[in-house]
Amino acid sequence: MRIARLAAAALLLVAASGCSRFEPWVKPYERENLADPIMAWDRDPVSSSYMRHVYDSREGSRGANGGAGGGCGCN
Amino acid sequence: MQLIRRAAVALLLLPATAFAAVLPDDRADLLYHYYDGGGVTIDGPSLLVRKKFAEKYAVNASYYVDMVSSASIDVITTASPYEEERTQYGVGFEYLRGKVTYAASFSNSNENDYNADTASLSISQDMFGDLTTVSLIFSRGWDDVTERGDQTFADQIDRRIYGVDISQIATKNLVLGLSYETITEEGFLNNPYRQARFVDPEAALGYSYQSEVYPRTRTGNAISFRGRWYLPYRAALQGDYRFYTDTWEIQGHTAELSYTHPLDDDWTFDVHYRFYTQNAAEFYSDLFPREDFQNFLARDKELASMQSHTLGFGVAYAFKPSMLSFLEKSSLNLRYDRIRFDYDDFRDLRVTGVAPGTEPLYTFDADVIRFYFSGWF
Amino acid sequence: MKTILGFRTAVLATALLATAWPAAAADGAVPAPQFSLASRAGGEVSLADLRGQVVMINFWASWCGPCRQEFPALDQIYAKYKPMGFTLVAINVESEKADAEKFLSATPASFPILFDPDNTVSGKYGVSAMPTTVLVDRQGRVRWQHRAYKPGDEAKYIEQIRAALREKA
Repeated sequence: MRIARLAAAALLLVAASGCSRFEPWVKPYERENLADPIMAWDRDPVSSSYMRHVYDSREGSRGANGGAGGGCGCN
Repeated sequence: MQLIRRAAVALLLLPATAFAAVLPDDRADLLYHYYDGGGVTIDGPSLLVRKKFAEKYAVNASYYVDMVSSASIDVITTASPYEEERTQYGVGFEYLRGKVTYAASFSNSNENDYNADTASLSISQDMFGDLTTVSLIFSRGWDDVTERGDQTFADQIDRRIYGVDISQIATKNLVLGLSYETITEEGFLNNPYRQARFVDPEAALGYSYQSEVYPRTRTGNAISFRGRWYLPYRAALQGDYRFYTDTWEIQGHTAELSYTHPLDDDWTFDVHYRFYTQNAAEFYSDLFPREDFQNFLARDKELASMQSHTLGFGVAYAFKPSMLSFLEKSSLNLRYDRIRFDYDDFRDLRVTGVAPGTEPLYTFDADVIRFYFSGWF
Repeated sequence: MKTILGFRTAVLATALLATAWPAAAADGAVPAPQFSLASRAGGEVSLADLRGQVVMINFWASWCGPCRQEFPALDQIYAKYKPMGFTLVAINVESEKADAEKFLSATPASFPILFDPDNTVSGKYGVSAMPTTVLVDRQGRVRWQHRAYKPGDEAKYIEQIRAALREKA
């Protein structure tokens, strides 16, 4: 019973805090530099996917090249 | 072929450059690629077009050709120089709903002795005040392997890739990334044209060749970290590190440092250095003591103990083209990379007249050029 | 009767639900935080001066794609509803003016552009997305907020503006 109470309380706290209540330490209006095109992980997807192919076909390692996120965070 | 195999996977996995709550801008890229190294010359075009609709849906299509002229060290010592062509088509769809982007893509790569189909799905979400972007990727590949000159040979590879990518805004000027991927392959994983060599006192050269024998499965895991930092005078510095390990006992470390420097509003300069090191696969040897020495035998230099060093430069010029008025902006780009490949246990068999196993270690340099035009509309 | 959640938990949850906004009035409307910012046209514009009009405040930046996309729609709305006692102020949140000026010279706007380079006003309004559009009624109370922009959202803006214009000062 006590565990059920704690679990319900925890669930309520999570629901109350929620992702929308999260206070980001970099506000949306402070993302000027991050939105600069030079800060994109990959400005030239065609060129970088080609270079990945050059390495993947000559080296033993593959994968985990990454690439989403960052940027202006608009909308 | 070994050069080209698995390209479908690598090329298909175009990085999810989406800023997860906004679809990337419409663009078209036309690129000319050129590779020259180790006796191999490959060049060809690459084209990518992407377009979004109502800020909710996006479509992209790609076309890529490799025209290969190969007189590589493997080809010269065990076969004869050849020319061939590989063509790859790709298509992708994206759907953005709120903070979540769903993407699906498919590509096919075809050459006269290799056909690869790849399908991918991914889901990407912004969270925690849009500071964090988490993406999950699943990819499946089906390869058909045949052999020129042997009509009876046909085999397959089944490939599965699972990956997670996390991007985290750390400060107003720093974004960090973490990626993890696991790749499992089953089937015919070697190159039908490659040969392993073994000591053979009765042979003229002191060694003879036999077909490679590879395990029919391979599972690899890669984990990487990266950080991109905005410098106050308007420039960007990025560091990357990746660790790879697999069931063939290959471990690879990749480290890269790159610097981007814009000048005025029109010019952007890039310079980067990349270092790679790996140890050999468990069943790899440049020279086996005798025929059928062990269950699995490999002499593919891709599985050898090796390092590579790359120094690369790029320059881009942005302008508004007057002749193509439907383009909002465009850029002309040139990138050049020089790669040095050094092998610790793969020897240069073009050198004869020495005791087998004492040939000089192989090393070669490659020049890689990309010249491309990008347009945004 | 036992409740699953204790009294303490309920208090904690309610405390968490408290927002950064000033306490709401009985009908739920909140007085719009005051500001006085430098205007692109010269001089300063303060919210107090605009009392009696319906004011739409748009927080934007030149580096924000959806913000740029929104401008033509805002221009049309401004032109149409200005004669009826409506005004629109676009507050630029960038730390320096150069990029905003460059954008505005290519995409002129007829509505007032204000500058909030140290983001104090953005902070007061709790701007949590780019762009953010806030509607302030004739009595200076915040009645509606819209985060982000997708083509078609301007219809929602117009709906809210028309409702606010019908009210008395």
